[in-house]
Amino acid sequence: MLGWHRKIERSTVGLVLAIVAVASIGGAVEIAPLFTIGDTVEKVDDMRVYTPLEVAGRNVYIREGCYACHSQMIRTLRDEVERYGPYSLAVESQYDHPHLWGSKRTGPDLARLGNKYSDAWHVAHLYNPRDVVPESKMPAYRWLLRDTVKIDDLSGHLAALRAVGVPYTDEMIANASADAFGQANPDSAQASGVSTRYGMATNIRSFDGDGSRLTEMDALVAYLQILGGLTDAATATPTEPAEE
Amino acid sequence: MIAQLTRTERVSAMLVTGIVLAAGLVMATAGRDNLMGLQGWMVLVFAGAVMLLLMRKLNEPEPDPERLSHYYDDPTKVGIVLTLIWGVIGMAFGVWVAALLAWPDLTFDAGWASFGRIRPVHTSGVIFGFGGNALIATSFHVMQRTSRARLPDQFSPWFVLIGYNLFCVLAASGYLMGVTQLREYAEPEWYADIWLVIVWVTYFALYVRTLARRKEPHIYVANWYYMAFILVVAILHIVNNLAVPVDLFAAKSYSLFSGVQDAMTQWWYGHNAVAFFLTAGFLGMMYYYLPKRAGRPIFSYRLSIISFWGITFMYMWSGSHHLHYTALPHWVQTLGMAFSVVLLVPSWASAGNALMTLNGAWHKVRDDAVLRFMALAALFYGISTFEGSFMAIRPVNSLSHYTDWTVGHVHAGALGWVAMITFGSLYALVPWIWKRPALYSKKLVELHFWLALSGTVVYIFAMWNSGIIQGLMWRTYSESGTLAYSFVDSLEAMHPYYIARTVGGTLFLLGAVCAAYNIFMTIRRPTPVPEDASADAPLPRPALQAGE
Repeated sequence: MLGWHRKIERSTVGLVLAIVAVASIGGAVEIAPLFTIGDTVEKVDDMRVYTPLEVAGRNVYIREGCYACHSQMIRTLRDEVERYGPYSLAVESQYDHPHLWGSKRTGPDLARLGNKYSDAWHVAHLYNPRDVVPESKMPAYRWLLRDTVKIDDLSGHLAALRAVGVPYTDEMIANASADAFGQANPDSAQASGVSTRYGMATNIRSFDGDGSRLTEMDALVAYLQILGGLTDAATATPTEPAEE
Repeated sequence: MIAQLTRTERVSAMLVTGIVLAAGLVMATAGRDNLMGLQGWMVLVFAGAVMLLLMRKLNEPEPDPERLSHYYDDPTKVGIVLTLIWGVIGMAFGVWVAALLAWPDLTFDAGWASFGRIRPVHTSGVIFGFGGNALIATSFHVMQRTSRARLPDQFSPWFVLIGYNLFCVLAASGYLMGVTQLREYAEPEWYADIWLVIVWVTYFALYVRTLARRKEPHIYVANWYYMAFILVVAILHIVNNLAVPVDLFAAKSYSLFSGVQDAMTQWWYGHNAVAFFLTAGFLGMMYYYLPKRAGRPIFSYRLSIISFWGITFMYMWSGSHHLHYTALPHWVQTLGMAFSVVLLVPSWASAGNALMTLNGAWHKVRDDAVLRFMALAALFYGISTFEGSFMAIRPVNSLSHYTDWTVGHVHAGALGWVAMITFGSLYALVPWIWKRPALYSKKLVELHFWLALSGTVVYIFAMWNSGIIQGLMWRTYSESGTLAYSFVDSLEAMHPYYIARTVGGTLFLLGAVCAAYNIFMTIRRPTPVPEDASADAPLPRPALQAGE
């Protein structure tokens, strides 16, 4: 082995090629099959895409770095299933570009947060977490109520998401801004289009309690309320923890 | 320093800076309706400052051709200063985010000052700003010495160093503005990622060109590691950052992969950023500066080979241990766990090789705080790689994952290994390349050593405690078979440890400030030693010899 190595370490090209070859094997074996093996991601019929307003809210979640303290991945452990709900399935983050599984729980897991609390609770909590949970370490996000959410470019966002594989239709892309407005304004003319395109179960209401403006709070709360609600696959599956 | 560049090199530098300025202008105007515009302004200011510096010196006389018989260390010098500046900034942000977890209202009512945005400034600031600049600066020094050859030109090392720092500035300022693609330790958006690829290709080319000029038949071990660092980081960076931007002039992009494949790609990247940025690169540093400072040859050539190829091969398999018990297929988790455990062999081979090298020089470790930094780094490298392999075992991970234990583990590596080997190497390197008899103050190095060690120990003990308590509280059942503690109970229990962590981090930051002060004073000290040029000079090229 030493003799062989003495040759390699005298050649820059040899060393470069050897490093690239040796380092590439692990990723090739572990990652490439994830795209080809069929049962990596479950097939379900009721999986829906995020609405434009939820996409905008998800982007607020990303921008503020919520993932640094909140996971969205319930592991197959008894205590996690009892604390947070059925363990997460791969299909539930199928349209998550990027995934938000997280790696740290300074705060609790959020994979099944949707419909657990009222919109008003979320607004109060995001405005100042210690008003509702005195022990909380979470930052106060007051500017979410001050800043209007940008919706005029949402068609571009949906088109980019379609380019990476999310099945948005032409109609969804064309109406993205109107749908974002409609979802937070139930009495507006744009509201009916949202349930036509994204399903009757879509939450259509003023999320921040102030119908006059479309704020980042509207978008973020709309997103938080759909967490765990894109498909019923996890609750339909028997939830015996797969502990080994 | 600019006067050392030839006229052609000065003009090429201005040309490239001009192109960057133009790109900044396009970003600032075409992207004015979104955050790309603000990032464009950052590029404009950065490139504008570089341009001003160049213009002031454009008409200086041509440099002395005699310079070609010396190593080219100007970029290393600037790199060292940048390392220290980024180190202090990154660590100060670290103390701030640590304090926010103990006292969440210690901030302003503004987006830029919120935890989620300043945390990546801390992580990128220390990993890429401090660590990356240290790697670039030392690699320029090491590749020349171990090849006995001068850098092939004087422009590309500056392009690598300055270009890399533009990337760091875009990253850090972007997080504060709200530009992030979220991927942990790969947060910068697509345009910054593309820029880094250009910088990195130049870096790789520079390394290969220098090696091609070498006068030594063998490529020294340190260079294997620096090469692996450059090559594999390039592979990881490109694959992990594949994304589709919303618009050519929009900062936002969406990653090509989603869900489970995205998670696996991200942690394949994330874990190997640890492996090839924070381990391989710094092992390169260790393999040069530790034996030099100790005055002893590396203990075992054979161990170096085993550990190098072991690390290069096995690390790439182990990323999936970040995803135990998740929706990632079980077989991938198992592979990741198995390779993580076996990885202990090459890791300890490296740590052992370093410590055995010190055999016969332990009195120097006792007396010389600089060497002690390096010895301690090797020790912490051994400790944290053991801990890493242990935490990768699935049942252990069920307790440790999502808790502060992970944070403690990362900092055992980052503070104990990466920062210690960096400070040790910089303390050794600064008097050599600035031709000073010694550092400004030996006592300050000693003080820094004890601040760094106590800060690290306080930090990791706080996080071990909080992490294990947290993990146990989450899974404790009452006698009636229900969960015993609410999440808030566990959060309350963390409070004292979060204060202790802030204290540990502050101690470490104070140490870094000592280092910065000590090194700046060393540089300013006006008494250079009489130079023995023959000892630290490249072997002349045959062609040059003929000319002389």
